[in-house]
Amino acid sequence: MIWALILIPFCASLLSLLIRSDNLRRYLLVGAAIGHSVIMTLSWTRNFLPILNGWFAIDLIAQLFLSISSFLFLMTSFYAVRYLKNEKHDGKKDFEEEKFFVNAPEAVFTACLLMFLAMMTMVVSSQHFGILWVTMEATTLVTAPLIYFHRHHRSLEATWKYLLICSVGIAVSLLGNFFLAIAASAHNGVSIPLMRSDLIAAGSQLWTPWVKAAFIFFLVGYGTKMGLAPLHTWLPDAHSESPSLVSALLSGALLNCAFVGILRAFEVTAAAGQIAFAQDLLIMFGLVSMLFAAVFVIGQADYKRMLAYSSVEHMGILALGVGLGGTAVFGSMFHAINHSLTKAGLFLIAGNILAAYKTKNAANVRGLLSTIPASGLLWVAGILAITGFPPFGIFLSEFVILKAAIDQGRYAIVIAYLILLAIIFIGISAIALRMAQGKSIKPVEVKSERASSFLPPAILLTATLALGIYVPTHLSDVLHTIASLLGGY
Amino acid sequence: MWTDIVMVLLILTNMMVLGSSRLRACIRIVATQGVALGILPLLLHNFELHILIFTIISVILKGVVFPLMLLRTLRQLNVWREDDPYVGYGKSLLAGPIVLAFSYWISTRLPMPFTIESPMLIPVAFFTLIVGLFLIVSRKKALTQVLGYLVLENGIYAFGMAIANQQPMLIELGTLLDVFVGVFVMGIAIFHISRQFDHIDTDQLSVLKD
Repeated sequence: MIWALILIPFCASLLSLLIRSDNLRRYLLVGAAIGHSVIMTLSWTRNFLPILNGWFAIDLIAQLFLSISSFLFLMTSFYAVRYLKNEKHDGKKDFEEEKFFVNAPEAVFTACLLMFLAMMTMVVSSQHFGILWVTMEATTLVTAPLIYFHRHHRSLEATWKYLLICSVGIAVSLLGNFFLAIAASAHNGVSIPLMRSDLIAAGSQLWTPWVKAAFIFFLVGYGTKMGLAPLHTWLPDAHSESPSLVSALLSGALLNCAFVGILRAFEVTAAAGQIAFAQDLLIMFGLVSMLFAAVFVIGQADYKRMLAYSSVEHMGILALGVGLGGTAVFGSMFHAINHSLTKAGLFLIAGNILAAYKTKNAANVRGLLSTIPASGLLWVAGILAITGFPPFGIFLSEFVILKAAIDQGRYAIVIAYLILLAIIFIGISAIALRMAQGKSIKPVEVKSERASSFLPPAILLTATLALGIYVPTHLSDVLHTIASLLGGY
Repeated sequence: MWTDIVMVLLILTNMMVLGSSRLRACIRIVATQGVALGILPLLLHNFELHILIFTIISVILKGVVFPLMLLRTLRQLNVWREDDPYVGYGKSLLAGPIVLAFSYWISTRLPMPFTIESPMLIPVAFFTLIVGLFLIVSRKKALTQVLGYLVLENGIYAFGMAIANQQPMLIELGTLLDVFVGVFVMGIAIFHISRQFDHIDTDQLSVLKD
C-alpha cells in the first residue's frame, strides 16, 4: 500500500505533463488527491507493510503527519480547480506594479504539485536518514517552480532566495547525516546502518560527541526549511509571493515535513542519552522563533506576510513543545494538526481576498464582511483560531504546552511564552480584524462567491473547531504514543 | 601519494576560485575540482565494480555536465565578469589561508573513531565547505553563488568520502542526482533573472523585505 501512496501522485504527475486537455488534467489532480487520502484513511485501521528493505514504512509519526498533508492536499486540490480556471490567460496586469506578466504553464504547475505530494509521502515515511535527506532536497526542488507560478520579478526573487537558502540549509543537514554515520561507526568495526529503528536500538553504543554534533546540524539544516528563526528568512517571501494554494501547502504540509526530519534526529539523540541537550536547543530555537514572529508581525503591511510570520511563530511553538518534554510533547503533536488545518484554511481565504481586492496591502482591504461575506466570516473565524482563541483547537494545544511548562516550574519560559503569544495576538488581530469591518475603500468588483473557493477553507476551519471541542480517543491515543516515543507522555 | 596530490589540487582550486573574477575561469576551476574529487573513491577504496560506476557517474556530472550547463547559461546571459563583489579579491585571497589554518585546527579537535586513509582529507573537506559558504555570501552574481553552492557540495562530498564505508552508495547517487537537479533548476532561475532584470546581480533582488 505504501507503493500506492507514492506511485499514485508520482504517475499522475508524469501523466499531467502529457495530457493536453486542461479539464482532464484538473480532474486528474483531484482524482490523485482523493486516491491518496483514501489510502491514508485506510492506514488508521490496518498496518501497511514496509517496502524496500524497510526504507519506507508508515510508523505513527508518519501516519499522523502524512494524514495531515494528505487531507490538506485534498482540500487544496478542490480549490485549485477553480483557481487554475481563473488564472488561465495570456498575460495580465500585475496589480502592484501595473506590468504585464504571464503564468507558468498549467501542466508544469500541476505536475510539480503532484510530485510535491509524492515527495512529501517519501520524506515522511522514510526510515533511513539518507533517503530522508534525498527526498527532503527533492521537495525543495519541486516546490521552487510552484512559487514561481506568476512570472514576475517579485516571485522570482522569492524563488531564488528559497532555492539558495534552503539548498544551503539542506547541505548542512547532509553534514549532519555524515556526523551521524560517524557516530554510528561502532567500536568493534561493525557499524550500525542509518536506519531509524537500528539507531534507536543501538542508542547506547553511539559516540555521544558526534551524536550531539549531528543533532545540531540536523536542527540547523532542517530548521532552515522548517522556518525556525533566525533561519526563516526565505519563508515570508516565498509565502507571500506564491499562489495562495501553494502558500497553504508550504505552510501546512512542507514545514511539517522538515519538522518530521528534526523529530527523527531527536529520537536518535534521545536514544543516545542526550535528550536534555536536544531539548534545550529546541526550547531556545522555539522561543527565538516566537520572538522574531512577534517583532515582525506588529504593523505588518502585507496580510500574506503576516500569515507567514504567524507560521514562524507556530513552528517555534512546535519546537518548544517537544523541547519541554512531558505532556508538552503531546501538546506539540496536537498543535501540529491544528496549525496545519487553520493556516492552510487562512491562506486559501487570503487567496479569495486577493482575488476580490487585488491587493496584498492590509490597509487597503476594508469591509470583508459586507463585500465577500462567506470568506469574510471565515477570515474572522480563522484569525481567532490562529491567535489561540477558544474553542478552537489551537487554544487547547497551546494551553497544554503552557500547563506542562507551569507543572515543570519553568516560570521564565512560561512568562516569555505568554508575553510573546499576547504580542502576536494583538499584532495579528489588529491588522486582520480591521480588514473585516467597515466599508470597502475602493470599489471592488465582486462576482458572487463560488462554493469551490470558500468550502475547502470552511471544512479545514470546521475540522480545527471540532478538534477544539472534542478529541477522538483513538487520535489522542496515537498522539500520546508518539509523545512517549519522543520523551514525553 | 595520489590522494595527497588530489588534496593539494583541492586546496589550489579553492584558492583560485577565491581570487578569480572571470566567471568562465571560475566554472572551469570548479569543474577541475569536481573531477579531482570524482576520482577520489577509486584512490581511497579497493577496486570494486560499483565504486567504478559511481566514480564514472560523478566525474561525468561534476566535470562535464555541470560546467556545460553553466557555460551555456553564461553564453545566453552574456555576462563574463564578477566586477565588484561584497568582499574584494585581495581580501578573499587573504581569507583563504586563514580559513585553511582554521580547518586544520578544528579537525584536530574532532577525534575520529576510525582511521582515515589520508590525514589531510578532513581539514581539506572543511576548507572546501567554508570556501563554498564564503562564495555564496560574498559574491553578487547569481552564477557565482551557484558555483559557491557546488563548492560547498564538493566539500561535503569530500567529507562523505572519509566515511563512505558507513553509507550505502545508493544514497550517494541520490545526493548527486539532487545536486544535478538543483543546478538545473538554479540555471533556469538565473536565466529568468537575467530576462527580468537585464543582469544577474542578486543585490538588486531586494524588493521583498520588511
